Amino acid sequence: MKSAEEIFDILKKKFGDAVLSLDKDTPVEQIISIDPLKINLISKYLRENPELQFDSLMCLSGVDDANGIKVKDAEGNEIIEGGTLSVYYNLHSVSLKHKITLKVSTPRNDPQIESLEKIWKSANWHEREAFDLIGIKFLNHPDLRRILMPYDWDEFTEEISRHPLRKDYKNPEFYQGMKVPY
Amino acid sequence: MALKTEHMVLNMGPQHPSTHGVLRLELEIEGELVNKVTPHLGYLHRCFEKHAEAMQYNQVVPYTDRLDYLASIGNNFGYALAVEKLMGIQVPERVEYIRVIMAELQRIASHLVAIGSNGADIGALTPFLYLFRDREHILSIIEETCGARMLYNYIWIGGLSHDIHPDFVRKTKEFVNYFKPTIVELDNLLSFNKIFIERTANIGILPVDTAINFGASGPTLRGSGIKFDLRRDDPYSIYDRFDFEIPVGKGLMGTVGDCWDRYNVRIREMEQSLRIIEQAVDNIPEGDVQSAIPKRIKPPKGTVYKRVENPRGELGYFIISDGTVNPFRVKVRAPSFVNLEVLGELCKGNLVADIIAILGSIDIVLGEVDR
Repeated sequence: MKSAEEIFDILKKKFGDAVLSLDKDTPVEQIISIDPLKINLISKYLRENPELQFDSLMCLSGVDDANGIKVKDAEGNEIIEGGTLSVYYNLHSVSLKHKITLKVSTPRNDPQIESLEKIWKSANWHEREAFDLIGIKFLNHPDLRRILMPYDWDEFTEEISRHPLRKDYKNPEFYQGMKVPY
Repeated sequence: MALKTEHMVLNMGPQHPSTHGVLRLELEIEGELVNKVTPHLGYLHRCFEKHAEAMQYNQVVPYTDRLDYLASIGNNFGYALAVEKLMGIQVPERVEYIRVIMAELQRIASHLVAIGSNGADIGALTPFLYLFRDREHILSIIEETCGARMLYNYIWIGGLSHDIHPDFVRKTKEFVNYFKPTIVELDNLLSFNKIFIERTANIGILPVDTAINFGASGPTLRGSGIKFDLRRDDPYSIYDRFDFEIPVGKGLMGTVGDCWDRYNVRIREMEQSLRIIEQAVDNIPEGDVQSAIPKRIKPPKGTVYKRVENPRGELGYFIISDGTVNPFRVKVRAPSFVNLEVLGELCKGNLVADIIAILGSIDIVLGEVDR
């Protein structure tokens, strides 16, 4: 069983700059920030290293950080420009019983993160969900489709109504000719 | 002589009685054999996570009821624990005991539906009715305390909505005594029924490695023979004070990790839940169940992931607080959502009729798959 500090030191020694920081200020979870394009290499190491053995991905959550600048677009809707979207990974080792939270942040205007589907199969649907609701693109994902929302949501809605869990989401007026705020 | 078969795509659901809600499965079949199963979700999607962002922390509790509507107490429990961890609230002993008893009663009620519908799906309709009769006892006990049969809004952040009914302890003991023999009856009626065993043993075998890699949890994971239960391995509330065992699949009727093992784990878990209730119900301390409820729920900035052992597996709440009265982000790691993903793996090479048995043994609730 290892603490977040020990795991951070092991990763820092192995991967150097790809491991960004350990957030000690948060009162409950300690979070290690990772480079979004190295997350698959680091995750593979976390799973396969005999000292760490993170064999299970408990949860994967996409988050809109809403840390950009609020501006008005041509139609007067308030949108967020710049800033980041993030994904949090809650990992857990069934055999060694330790836990860790990883975080990757990616720019809002071109959000891209390496998929972890090949390392933990449970990432598959979680990543589809983050793609669906937040709009993060997972590179090398085998089947990146919407999962909870209708498959044809994009065809009938404006850019601002694509991903409901973004903080500047606006309800579309119509979907397939049906009035949405009924 | 090999029979000529034809590749075919077959649609199952979303309104099929054995899909436990509105789940659509796209089956690619070769004769009777299934090559690929693609689940299509989202028919019950009602934006729980978006709603939660617009609510205050305490207003989210009734929404959590509607995730896994067969185990609402468990959902309330997990959410309350997550926010309490974020705020550093210590709840009174009385509250802890009542929460544990309620959660275990709910686990039995939930497993009764799971077992009953698993049987009903593959043709055993009688046990289903017997089990609903037993479940009614639990629902009445809970109804007497908090006024609702299924969606309780009972466990609040820092306490409970009501103290227990004066008759609660007596009725719970009565139920425990009533229910012990009915498990034996159920074993005779369904578990060791020749036809039921033929339909479930050696079907849908889930190896341990695959189960862990797919993130399966609860009876689906334990059916594969690994002793992993969050009540013991990541103890929360006061579960570390009670003496109980963790039933696992042993391959009694066939291979470890088959449908029968997953089914059997649920039955043996009900016995253990009864044990926990028996140990807890006599020791409920006196006190006020609402003394620790904060007047204004405004957690500090921070992130929390709290998981509890729900009847269907690991229910996790990932909450980000930005220091205001509304949560910044609430993500639910629903056990059914993750367990359902393994269905595609289990169904490969099985018969179409076995998909029903496999789906029933995974025991999903679409309310929490789609959120």
